[in-house]
Amino acid sequence: MSVVQDLPAPQGTPGFRARAADFGGRHRSTTIIIGMALVGAILPVLASVPPFTAFQNQASWMDGFTNAGVFVLLALGLNLVVGVAGLLDLGYAAFFAIGSYAYAYAASPFGNEVLGINIVATLGDQAGLIFWPMLIIGALVAAAFGILLGAPTLRLRGDYLAIVTLGFGEIVPIVFLNADALTNGTNGIGGIARPYLPGIGSFSAMNPWPYYVTMLVLVTVVMIFCYRLVGSRIGRAWEAIREDELAAAANGINTVTTKLLAFALGASTAGIAGVFNASKLTVVSPDQFTFIISFTVLAMVVLGGMGNFWGVAVGAFVIYSINNVLLKTLNQFFDTVGVPILKDIDFIQLQFLLYGIALVAMMLLRPEGLFPNSRRKRELHAEMTLPGEDEMTLPEVTEEGGR
Amino acid sequence: MSDRSDILVADKVTRRFGGLVAVNAIDFTIPEGTIVSLIGPNGAGKTTFFNVLLGIIDPTGGTIEFDGRQMIARPRRVGLESLVWVSPSILIVLVSLALGVTGVLSGGGITLAGLAAVGFLIATLLLAIVRPLWYQTFLLRLGIFRSARPNDMVQAGVGRTFQNIRLFKNMTAVENVLIGMHTQMRATLADGFLSTRRARREEDVADRRAQELLTLVGLRGIGNELAKNLPYGDQRRLEIARALASRPKLLLLDEPAAGMNPKETQDLMKLISRLRTDLGLTVLLIEHDMKVVMGISDRVTVLDAGRKIAEGTPEEVRRDPKVIEAYLGTPAV
Repeated sequence: MSVVQDLPAPQGTPGFRARAADFGGRHRSTTIIIGMALVGAILPVLASVPPFTAFQNQASWMDGFTNAGVFVLLALGLNLVVGVAGLLDLGYAAFFAIGSYAYAYAASPFGNEVLGINIVATLGDQAGLIFWPMLIIGALVAAAFGILLGAPTLRLRGDYLAIVTLGFGEIVPIVFLNADALTNGTNGIGGIARPYLPGIGSFSAMNPWPYYVTMLVLVTVVMIFCYRLVGSRIGRAWEAIREDELAAAANGINTVTTKLLAFALGASTAGIAGVFNASKLTVVSPDQFTFIISFTVLAMVVLGGMGNFWGVAVGAFVIYSINNVLLKTLNQFFDTVGVPILKDIDFIQLQFLLYGIALVAMMLLRPEGLFPNSRRKRELHAEMTLPGEDEMTLPEVTEEGGR
Repeated sequence: MSDRSDILVADKVTRRFGGLVAVNAIDFTIPEGTIVSLIGPNGAGKTTFFNVLLGIIDPTGGTIEFDGRQMIARPRRVGLESLVWVSPSILIVLVSLALGVTGVLSGGGITLAGLAAVGFLIATLLLAIVRPLWYQTFLLRLGIFRSARPNDMVQAGVGRTFQNIRLFKNMTAVENVLIGMHTQMRATLADGFLSTRRARREEDVADRRAQELLTLVGLRGIGNELAKNLPYGDQRRLEIARALASRPKLLLLDEPAAGMNPKETQDLMKLISRLRTDLGLTVLLIEHDMKVVMGISDRVTVLDAGRKIAEGTPEEVRRDPKVIEAYLGTPAV
C-alpha cells in the first residue's frame, strides 16, 4: 500500500534500497522531513559551485529556487485534484489568484482601505506579521471558493468539468481586472507588506534566505499532509472514485462530498502558494494569473508523474528551472558568444514550442510521467502485465441509469 | 404497512422512461434471513428494478422501505423525519398567526389573508391524514425530501455486486475490501492530516478485518494480488467480500454465476448459503442460471414486461403456467 513500492523488488537478502523503502513506508513523515532537509541543504551548495555559478550568482539561484517552490506547491495541490481524485481542473490559477488577493487585502494600505480594516496602520513596520495567520486564512478563503465552484459543477464528469473549471479560471482574473474600485484594475494592488518574523525582522528582496527557508517548510508540511491523506480512508475514496465512480458509490462513498473535498484541498494549497507569492512580489495584478499558469502547473503534474507527489514536485522544479533560468541563460550565452543564427532566436519566446514538443514526446514514450505513481503505471501499461488476463473480464456494460 | 420481519418492502414501485413503463407498480417484499431470487426474460425490467432498489435510478412512483426506514422521498436528515413532516403546517401556522396579529393590531379585525391561511392549514392537515402519499409528493416537490443515493443505501445496510465485475482493477484485493469498509470507518480529514492514533488503530483493525473477509470467501493469502490479475471466479468472490465489508443486512447479487463453470457455480451456491447461515444475511439474487435459482432460493419472483407475474417457492413458480409462457413455452427448467 505504500507509495514507496515503486522501487524494484529486492533479490535475495534485503539490500540497502529495500531497507530504505521499508523505513520510508513505516516512517513516511520522517522520511519526507529528512528528504526535504537534504534537498534544502544541497540546493544552496549546488548554486555556489562552478557549472551553476556560470549562469547566475548564488543569491539569484536561491531566489529562483524559492519561486520554483511556489510552483511546487501549486503542482502538489493540483496533483491531489487531477492525479489522485482524477478531476481535470483547467482553471487552477484562479485559486492561486484568490490566495494572492486575500493576502493583498490583508497586508496592503489599499486593500485595508477597501475592506475598512487597518491592519497595516496598526502594525506599522511589523505589518508582515499578518503573513503567518494569512497562510491559513488564504488557504481557507481559496478552499471556500473551491467549494463554491465545486458544489454545482462536480456532478459533471470528465470533459464537462474541465470546461467549467476553464471558464472559472478565466472569470476570476477578469473580475479582478474590471472591479476597478475594489481591485485597482490593471495596475493591481501594490505596497504589500513583506513577511515579518520577530528575531529576523522583515524579509527583504536583498536576502533570499528567509523566503527560501519558509518555502522549504511550507513544501515539507504540504507534502506530509498530502502523503498522509492519500494513505488514509479519504485518499482511498479518492482513488476509488478515479477508478470507477459508480462502484465507489456502490461501496458507500459519497462521491459528491468526497470530490468536493479534493477540490477544496487542492484550492487551499493554491491559496497558500498565492499568499506566499504575493508577499514575495509585494504586488498582485490580474495578469499574473492567466491560463498559462493553470496550463504550466498541469504540464508539471503530467510530466512529473500524476499521482506521485515527489515526482510532481520534481517535475515542477525542473520545468520552472528550464523556463526561467535555462532559456534566459541560453539567450545570454548565444548573444555573448555570437553564434550566427542562434543569437537571433529568443528562446523565451520558444518556451511553449518546447513545452509542446516535450508533452508530445512524453505521451508517446512515457505516458505515466517521469516519476510515475505505481498504480497509474499499471493503468497505462495494462497490456504488459499478464497475457490473456483481459479475456477474464466481461465486456464493459454501462450501468449509469438516468435520473 | 409492513411486517416487522420484512427487511425490504417495495410498494407499487414504478419507473417510466418516456412512454415505456420499465417497471410497473411492483409490490415486492424480502423477509429477513431469506434468499429471494428475481428472474424473468430479457427486458423484463429486472435490472431497472434492481437499480431503483439501489438508488441509482429514482422511481417515478411508489415507495421503498428498508429496515423500517423510508428510502424514496425521505428527509435529508434521518431523525428529523417527524419535524420535516409537519414543517409546512408549522410554517402556515406561523404565517397565519402573523397575519392575524397584524390584522388585529391595525384594527381591521380578522382579515381575509388570515382566514385563507387557516383554511390552507386545515387542507394540508387533512391531506396529510387522508392521503399521506399525496402529501409526501407535495413535500417532495418542495424539495424537502430526497431519495436515497447509492451511498445512502450502503449506509442503511445494502451491499451489492455487479453483473459485469466492477472491481478497482489496479488495486490489490485488500485495498478493494478496505474501500468497501469506507462506511464502517470514522477517520476524518483532521485524522488524515495528523495521522492520529485513533486513525492508525482503525486502519490496523480494518486491515485485519479485510483479511478475515477474504478468508471467509475463500481468498485467503491473495490479499496483495492486483484485482485484475485474479482468475474470474476469484474476482466474483472478491466482489462479494468487498460488498460484505460494509456490514450489510441485505446483499444484492446481480447475476453472480454469469460466466462461471459448473464447479465454480457449485462453490458459489455453497458460499451464498453459508453467508445466510453464518452471517444471518438476507440475499436478493438476480440470476439466469436456473440451477442456482431453484437450488438455493426460498422464494422466487418472476417479472415479465415490467410486471410481476408470479411469486412463490421455486416449486410453485416452476409450475406456474404464466411463467412457462413468459419463457416462450419452455419450462423454467
